[in-house]
Amino acid sequence: MVEPIIQIDKLDKSFGPLKVLDGLSFDVMPGEKLALIGPSGSGKTTILRILMTLETITAGHIKVCGEQLYHMQRSGHEVPADEPHLHKMRSHIGMVFQHFNLFPHKCVLDNITLAPMLTKGEVRAKAEQRAMELLEMVGLADKAKAMPAQLSGGQKQRVAIARALALKPRIMLFDEVTSALDPELVEEVLLVMKRLAAETDMTMLLVTHEMGFAHEFADRVLFFDKGRIVEQGSPDKIFRHPSHERTQSFLRKIIAAGHRV
Amino acid sequence: MTEWYGYLKMILDGAAVTAELTIMGSALALLMAFVAGLGRIAPWSPVRWLSSIYIEFFRGTSIFVQLFWVYFVLPFAGITLSPLLAGVLALGLNVGAYGAEVVRGAILAVPRDQSEASVALNFTRFQRMWYVILPQAVPLMLPTFGNNAIELLKATAVVSLISLTDMTFQAQVVRSQTGSTLFPFITILILYFIMALAISASVRGLERRMTRGLDGVR
Ligand SMILES: Nc1ncnc2c1ncn2[C@@H]1O[C@H](COP(=O)(O)OP(=O)(O)OP(=O)(O)O)[C@@H](O)[C@H]1O
Ligand SMILES: [Mg+2]
Repeated sequence: MVEPIIQIDKLDKSFGPLKVLDGLSFDVMPGEKLALIGPSGSGKTTILRILMTLETITAGHIKVCGEQLYHMQRSGHEVPADEPHLHKMRSHIGMVFQHFNLFPHKCVLDNITLAPMLTKGEVRAKAEQRAMELLEMVGLADKAKAMPAQLSGGQKQRVAIARALALKPRIMLFDEVTSALDPELVEEVLLVMKRLAAETDMTMLLVTHEMGFAHEFADRVLFFDKGRIVEQGSPDKIFRHPSHERTQSFLRKIIAAGHRV
Repeated sequence: MTEWYGYLKMILDGAAVTAELTIMGSALALLMAFVAGLGRIAPWSPVRWLSSIYIEFFRGTSIFVQLFWVYFVLPFAGITLSPLLAGVLALGLNVGAYGAEVVRGAILAVPRDQSEASVALNFTRFQRMWYVILPQAVPLMLPTFGNNAIELLKATAVVSLISLTDMTFQAQVVRSQTGSTLFPFITILILYFIMALAISASVRGLERRMTRGLDGVR
């Protein structure tokens, strides 16, 4: 019996009086490709940000790679995780952001090599060699020396994917990675992600409004509303035979808005 | 004619003192600006308080009074400083307090995105600041730092209070010895202006170097 790589247990998250995640529990198996869908404000981004330790949690527990993410044991008691613990846990996880968040003062190559050199002590030559392989994979080997400001949105996002991959995380989080792109640039990024999903055994959590892509990409789809999972299942089940009324109306709205499923 | 040459030499000696005060004072101000500016946003509250106290104190009292204290009152506490050192200390601490707010403001002006990206890449706090935030914040600080350095240059004139023979002091001496007001004061007007110009030119050069490539032009 394989252990889940992520275990979320009765997770609550509030921003002041606003409860964004409400007793949320779900597991993710190693290598699983998960799509998180749901209406705006349902808490999808918040889940990814919590897994990346960019937020704090209000209540509940999360285990990543068999270890508590936000808690640790100290003399037999459970205490909130400190910065060194979070630092250790982060090494399992990478994230790609909606707005790329490349470092504007570093060229493409340095954007990718900085983290392996700083956090894993890799020597430059080795880090650069791996960065070039990754750039090759995302089709941007010729842009290694370009500055981020010289790239299109789609190119920036592909660099951001390569940058996150350079640390070889076991879990990758993608938050609406195509929604800041012009429509004609979406496909090149999705292509990279499809190849990634096919070629690696990385665990991936994907938040997206591209239902067609979620259908193709995911092993399992979670439909969220108001910080809870309303319905989950295989892409075929969720997209072809949603059993919940809220899922059905959400998908109808998405189709009406011109997205294909 | 040789007589005027001697007076000019006196003023130029003063200019050297002024330049020395400006350079050393700016160096201390820069150091204090980063120490207190980073201190203001440190994750430890005692550090934040200390930084705030320093900033508010030195911005809230005049440089004139601070200089007086450093030079005439500190000796009672057993700390005797040379006039030059006292001048540098007062100028540097005073202007550093203004600079600290510039440092803090510039750091907070770097988009949160950047720090979040570096958390996701598992940088330590120090690495986030050093490799990601500061390289983007420093170019934002430079124009105001340039202004502060020019303010500091102008403030050096108060050091004649503690018997330092800076440019303004020497001009006064020349004026009383020659009876001419025009010659010494035109001279120091030009000299102050040249020094200020040198400061802005070097800051602008630095700014150009640091922002190269950020706009996609290399
Ligand atoms: N830092 C914050 N402070 C206060 N409220 C926040 C904060 N971040 C998110 N929220 C709120 O939490 C709720 C969930 O936000 P979240 O970004 O997770 O939604 P989402 O499902 O990703 O939505 P979208 O599809 O629009 O991206 C929203 O109501 C949002 O306004
Ligand atoms: Mg979102």
